[in-house]
Amino acid sequence: MKSLMSGNEAIARGIWESGTEVATAYPGTPSTEILQNVRLYDDIYAEWSANEKVALDVAIGSAYAGRRSVAAMKHVGLNVASESLFYASYTGINAGLVIITADDPGLHSSQNEQDNRHYARFAKVPMLEPTDSQEAKDYILRAFELSEQFDTPVLVRTTTRTSHAKSVVALKDRQQVEKRPYVKNAPKYVMIPGYARLRHPVVEERMVKLAQWAEQTDLNTIEWGDRSLGIITSGIAYQYAREVFPQASILKLGMVWPLPSEKIREFASQVSRLIVVEELDPFIEENVRQLGLQVEGKSIFPLIDELTPERVRDAAIGANLLSGNGNGYKPSVGPLPRRPPVLCAGCGHRDVFWVLRKVKAAVNSDIGCYALGVLPPLDSTDTIGCMGASIGVAMGMRRGGLEKDNVAVIGDSTFFHAGLPALATAVYNNTPMVLIVVDNSTTGMTGHQGNPASGETLRGENISRIDIAAVSRSMGVKHVTEVDARDLDAMETAVRVAIKSGETAVVVAHTVCVFVTSHNRESYTVVTEDCNGCTLCYRIGCPAIYKSDILDAKTSRPKAWIDPKQCVGCGLCYDVCARQAIEPGAEKVVMV
Amino acid sequence: MDNGTINFLLAGVGGQGTLLASDILAEVGLHVGYDAKKSEVHGMAQRGGAVVSHVRWGKRVASPLCERGTVDYFVAQEMLESLRWLEYLRPGGTVVLSRQQLPPTSTVFGSDVYPNDDQVIAEVSKLAGKVLALDAIGVAEGLGNRRIANSVLLGALSSELDLDPEAWITVIESKVPQRHKEANRKAFLAGREGQWELLRNP
Repeated sequence: MKSLMSGNEAIARGIWESGTEVATAYPGTPSTEILQNVRLYDDIYAEWSANEKVALDVAIGSAYAGRRSVAAMKHVGLNVASESLFYASYTGINAGLVIITADDPGLHSSQNEQDNRHYARFAKVPMLEPTDSQEAKDYILRAFELSEQFDTPVLVRTTTRTSHAKSVVALKDRQQVEKRPYVKNAPKYVMIPGYARLRHPVVEERMVKLAQWAEQTDLNTIEWGDRSLGIITSGIAYQYAREVFPQASILKLGMVWPLPSEKIREFASQVSRLIVVEELDPFIEENVRQLGLQVEGKSIFPLIDELTPERVRDAAIGANLLSGNGNGYKPSVGPLPRRPPVLCAGCGHRDVFWVLRKVKAAVNSDIGCYALGVLPPLDSTDTIGCMGASIGVAMGMRRGGLEKDNVAVIGDSTFFHAGLPALATAVYNNTPMVLIVVDNSTTGMTGHQGNPASGETLRGENISRIDIAAVSRSMGVKHVTEVDARDLDAMETAVRVAIKSGETAVVVAHTVCVFVTSHNRESYTVVTEDCNGCTLCYRIGCPAIYKSDILDAKTSRPKAWIDPKQCVGCGLCYDVCARQAIEPGAEKVVMV
Repeated sequence: MDNGTINFLLAGVGGQGTLLASDILAEVGLHVGYDAKKSEVHGMAQRGGAVVSHVRWGKRVASPLCERGTVDYFVAQEMLESLRWLEYLRPGGTVVLSRQQLPPTSTVFGSDVYPNDDQVIAEVSKLAGKVLALDAIGVAEGLGNRRIANSVLLGALSSELDLDPEAWITVIESKVPQRHKEANRKAFLAGREGQWELLRNP
């Protein structure tokens, strides 16, 4: 049977076909859909863990216990999980362990565009890299074979394009894999220095054997064509190279670590000019150069940003590898209005950032939908780094002598991901730090996944939510307030009192995610005769509010108009309007 | 058309259903015997941002992304977005243009100016061989549900491709809930049978 699947759907299918019984992840673009699709197979235990490190530890433990296991994460998630990756490289596994890292060249939804191929070399584990959905599925099965043959975790790297692009996949049945018995073996699984020292040579020996295996495997293939140009490539870059250089000879690396030195030498000896087409860092290029071969890569193709076929083509034309030019189109309008992502109409985070704008404190924010609070017109964020960084940076700015007040802002999922140790640090050191937890009880940005505060697991079970205010109190925070962020006055008071307290303070701001909960009101409307086009409601940045065609007689400014199809009845515009020119929507009758 | 590959681009705004429409288009290609690939990016784009999806049909498709200047059929679900991605169109290519306007917030609180219809159509016509403009939302609302507007657009697109309409309808029906099948079929046929205005056909 054939099916059109995204890379992530295909990976989920591969996880199922491989007989995997445990799969874990923390959601993160572009990896999220892997576990969402794994969940559709009843014979796999699947969970959202609180963060990627926990996810990987669970998968490692499950592999030790004897079941094939997978942990999936985005590229920066592997930073969080890296400590576990490194010990698992030393201990090896029992049943197979596959770790999926979904990189994001082009930063479609990330804070950096790191190249996680380096982790394979760094942690001394093999890495496979599929070029389309069929390989995404097949390589999961190959990765398990490799994992069990060489007693090693195996990394499978995708990028946003291989994760999200759809292509045709031929499906197979699920393999029946016997559970392996767990046998206590402390020198293998206990990484105290004395035992770890003994494991290091095992790891190095494994890499030598894997390098020999890499020479023979059909994961690395040569497509012979015109021998005047030879291209070494992997992943999605292979598809672009195939598109742009249909005649060239290509060495396609399905296994990007360790590299097949002899195969590369052999290929290089048969072609007149050798180039590497790869996204982001010159990972393959530098290793090929170390073999003493003459090779070009980043001198032709960009180091920064995701590759596209036209970027590859333009670079190739620039290097005289190809001739050609574009379609000659020169736009005569523009620059066009940009359309960046915005907080949804009715998003509860808007209330919080509207208040913070008024309070004028510096805002150390975090990763999630609320990162959009940085954009105009709300424009009320000073720093964002990585998951959980808000709290530590906020503490540091106090210790570093910031001249104004500051607050940390973190979402519920991020609080449990990496906020807890930072909050413990604040309490422990008696740091005067104000933390606002914007709690909409869902992991919004990645598509509304559950988390410890949401009340629902990946498997759809209802569980009791972990109460963030109670957690804060039990961690020793004395100043804990809970507030409905929709009540702007209460929200503002809570933040100001917390700042004034001079101690570690937590404000849990309960907000609405319009995808999950509702304001229970019909859309609001502008009373056109009362509106004078003052622009105040425009400044909340709500995508449901437009300039109408009607101009105010006195000011000649366009009066506001609310699109009833987009408005979900939050009422922030009503609260900010100084002229009472906005009519609330009727309360929705909730059918029980 | 390059190497026998047919390139499509669909552009819209988060929430307009660009991804489902492009899923359908890719499946139609597969259904009629082509290799097919499609690509778009999820994540931040869901939050009202610009969304673009590439679909390619061919004997064997390598890249899931089209190159600039190679798109044979460009479906724009929104006026401003038709300009944002116009450079992908092959000179002489076909544009299916929904007349919907969704001004971004920067035109509301900022000084950005949303282009008027005449500007958009003049610009698109500079490059396109053929422009099918339609009030897809209006047609869909006339059929009782604005959410079937994309089937109207796919219907208009299908009138430009020499394929059995049942292939399209079969795929559309496989992708929508049972209770919406009939409405989507009607919307598709409305688009196919000319509920559009031919603005350019040299």
